[in-house]
Amino acid sequence: MTTLPPVSVPEERLDEGPPGRWLGRPTPRLDDEPLLRGSAWFVDDLAPWPGLAEVAIVRAPLAHARLLGVETAAARQMPGVLGVLTGSDLERFLRPLPSVLSEAIPYRPIALDRVRYVGEPVAVVVATDRYRAEDAAEAVELDLDPLPAVPSAHAALDPTLPPLHEGLPNNVASDRTLRYGDPDAAFAQAELVVRARFQQPRSICTPLECFGVLCRTDPVSGDVEAWSNFQGPFSLQVVAAQALGIPPAKLHLRTPEHSGGSFGTKAAVYPLVVLLAACSRALGGRPLKYLEDRREHLMAATAAGERLSEVQAAFSAEGRLLALRLDLVDDVGAYVRAPEPATLYRMHPCLTGAYQVAHLEARCRVVLTNRCPTGLNRGYGGPQLYLALERTMAIAARRLGLDPAELARRNLVPPAAMPYTTASGGRYDSGDYPAVLALALERFDWAGKRARARAARAEGRLVGVGLACVVEPSVSNMGYVDLASPPEVRARRPAKSGNVEGVSLAMLPDGTVQLRTTTTPQGQAHATVLALVVAEALGVDPRQVQVRAGADTAVGPWSISSGNYSSRFAAVAAGAAWQAASALADQLRRLAAQDLGCHPEQVLLADGHARLVDDPERDVPLRRLAGRAHWDPASLPPGVRPGLSLTHHLAIPDLPAPDAQDRANGSATYGFLCDLCEVEVDRGTGRLEILDYLSVHDAGRILHPVLAEGQVHGGLAQGIGMACFEQLAFDPDGQPLSTTFLDYLCPTAPEVPEARTVFVESPSPLTPLGAKGLGEGTTMSAPAALANAVADALEVEEVPFPLTPEALWRVVHGAEG
Amino acid sequence: MTRSIELRVNGTTHRVEVEDRRLLSDCLRHDLGLRGTRVGCEHGVCGACTVRLDGQAVRSCLLFAVQVEGQEIQTVEGLADPEGPLHPLQEAFHRHGALQCGYCTPGFLLTAAQLLDELRAEPNPEPPSEEEIRVLLAGNLCRCTGYGPIVRAVLEQATCAAGADPTEPSGEDRR
Ligand code: FES
Ligand code: FES
Repeated sequence: MTTLPPVSVPEERLDEGPPGRWLGRPTPRLDDEPLLRGSAWFVDDLAPWPGLAEVAIVRAPLAHARLLGVETAAARQMPGVLGVLTGSDLERFLRPLPSVLSEAIPYRPIALDRVRYVGEPVAVVVATDRYRAEDAAEAVELDLDPLPAVPSAHAALDPTLPPLHEGLPNNVASDRTLRYGDPDAAFAQAELVVRARFQQPRSICTPLECFGVLCRTDPVSGDVEAWSNFQGPFSLQVVAAQALGIPPAKLHLRTPEHSGGSFGTKAAVYPLVVLLAACSRALGGRPLKYLEDRREHLMAATAAGERLSEVQAAFSAEGRLLALRLDLVDDVGAYVRAPEPATLYRMHPCLTGAYQVAHLEARCRVVLTNRCPTGLNRGYGGPQLYLALERTMAIAARRLGLDPAELARRNLVPPAAMPYTTASGGRYDSGDYPAVLALALERFDWAGKRARARAARAEGRLVGVGLACVVEPSVSNMGYVDLASPPEVRARRPAKSGNVEGVSLAMLPDGTVQLRTTTTPQGQAHATVLALVVAEALGVDPRQVQVRAGADTAVGPWSISSGNYSSRFAAVAAGAAWQAASALADQLRRLAAQDLGCHPEQVLLADGHARLVDDPERDVPLRRLAGRAHWDPASLPPGVRPGLSLTHHLAIPDLPAPDAQDRANGSATYGFLCDLCEVEVDRGTGRLEILDYLSVHDAGRILHPVLAEGQVHGGLAQGIGMACFEQLAFDPDGQPLSTTFLDYLCPTAPEVPEARTVFVESPSPLTPLGAKGLGEGTTMSAPAALANAVADALEVEEVPFPLTPEALWRVVHGAEG
Repeated sequence: MTRSIELRVNGTTHRVEVEDRRLLSDCLRHDLGLRGTRVGCEHGVCGACTVRLDGQAVRSCLLFAVQVEGQEIQTVEGLADPEGPLHPLQEAFHRHGALQCGYCTPGFLLTAAQLLDELRAEPNPEPPSEEEIRVLLAGNLCRCTGYGPIVRAVLEQATCAAGADPTEPSGEDRR
């Protein structure tokens, strides 16, 4: 009776792997009902301990100032107030949060004697409830001595402005030039050199649920227990413990089963955990609750930093891309909060995009501004890179008199070169990029639409088409951010590499299967996919598999790379679950072989039974085998462990630490997508209308077509938002101007087109299920594809970003005089 | 200043002590334990806190609890009997994959529920177009789905509520 929504099942697969009994099929999500009925528990719904007090944070009103004093006496007298704590009150419980870049940039979750961004915490008010806490927060008086602000990336490059941190000579926190091959020689030979500059403002993926933390400390042991909607990576758990001066084992982090979206942002919850833990300690172990409000979120939670890019691209007369020179400047805000400056280096293995380019030079600068610290945001460096790279390719095509699709085709990494090692050390594991491009061009009717757009322009309409080819890395190598330090510095530190995920799997005496992992989902239906993976391996119904994917660091399993980021779930977590379930299936086959009097290889697991392959009538229910493993361990054959339970960790191979030549395979696996779009700009209003959008995506094996499509469309909506509307604006003094949803414009239903998606599947040879990540690709591609289409529509080389009506109107009317 | 008020929510009358300034959203969530009403901005833009007040979808973060005494409030918990099957809209959201994190879902459901009830009350309802559904939902933010499946779920149910067959193409280009 239930017909599922239409999904674009690939009509042409590069690999003919059939879907399984459960995997690859559009089965319904298993975890919807509590969300639909409103009974699901999110962080604000929790009250894990009695006596929970509520917290309001007093935040800096200026972007840069000396903090001469915090007057709390009046606030302390207000009704319901249990305590008011300042940076100095908390100093003995806090150390600066460690940074990968420099100890000269101490970052504390609460300011001590200087504030460096609007919204930086300066005091914490604890009261019986949030209303009273906010009343008292207003009564806290700050004595501030203003300093000149560094409000933009440009300003950060100005050596005449004073440094934000005493220990630094200026506001460039890191400046590295990395060279691969012989770019100078390649540029000397070039027929055409395209040089283009780009500026992308700050933005934020801003989930609908803001940050939340509930925390208490044990006054005797110093143990900290915290519930929050933190999303990992759990390497930050170690960072948080260091800041509290406790061993990581004493910091017990938990997440509720539901989180209202994150898209990377909630990695930045951890400094609030540290702050609340310190406050709880200062108040004798009092349990505390803090919920960020939207204004605080947009002002001071996190952001994708401003990016300045300059690209130089050397081409041969035939349009072969010979070499690239990139100059990238990434604004990380007032502090380098871990895992930053990863935004700048996440795409480093893919700086040459989907193209075969041997010579590359990249200057990478991390700069400090008087704005809130940046962090993970969907796409994480990808939208920034591809806007610059794909715009440059489109400009080159125009100058060479080529169709941009033809220029791409001439330069795409060919399938014969797979696995392909990029100049900077990325290892593209599989895919037929030219075939994906060809399929996309045909499905979109690129040639026809391009010709019609030209004809429409001849009649005065501003219609254009755009293309973006994007390599989507997933499953980050924990070592790539070390590229921010030169090889000789790295050599002195312990190396970091790889990406680990663990699962614990058990079959209970009644045959129910339990799976536990730490992927901290925020809407991606990890529980559904993991249940399907386990069901596939064990031959059981997915509804018999109970999945707990939220974090509980006291129970685990988890590792420092656990969490929900870099689109790692399908490759590494589902892969670990598959391997664990396969091992459990092996145990069940051994048990069944004993009952059926056969060899374990002759046993097939299906429909909750173990059957003889040659005589399916002879079977034994898995439930009975499970019962025996628990109730009658004396009867177990050799090799079967009592209790049918195991914990398994997977690390995808081929992810070493960066080498001495600065080559790093920054991600385990690489997908490819080709996006094509058709737009029209309204001459009168500058409004951009997306007439058609197609994304052809090769993310390896698709584990669930509906969920995969949901990720692609969700990622696209955020890419469109970033391209067309979203911008965290600041005034020249560093005051944030986009602190409500009226000023920070997220796309709503009328602004997001019904895009078409096609999946092509070339399985990754490196991941257990052949799956690659797919949650960020369209966020990376959409800004580039749309900017290219607008450039085509307006017949210009320079397009503003974001593509707001006002900015486009200026281009149209400026050009018309 | 606190006062004792009577709130009628999902057909049940509750007596609560609230401060005058207590937001309806906070009162529903924290005083009455009806946590399904979510809060996403507390400044009236995101629509996550949408409830129905005498049938009209309103933002509970922009109302004080003391303002709505005597009116009939419906929250997501009142859409379907907790022990019974889902409301057809909830069922459609499930089938169409219209939720990811689910945080925006109650707000969308209540906004759409008003439309369905209005269509059912009309003598000769015209099934709404996809465009009209998109405009109707423009007051609710979703950061996860890209809206497509939400629009399809609501369009399907609105078409049913208008007495038409949702499997018939509506004359719009529905690629
Ligand atoms: S919480 Fe009420 S509209 Fe956003
Ligand atoms: S499903 Fe997450 S905000 Fe809509």
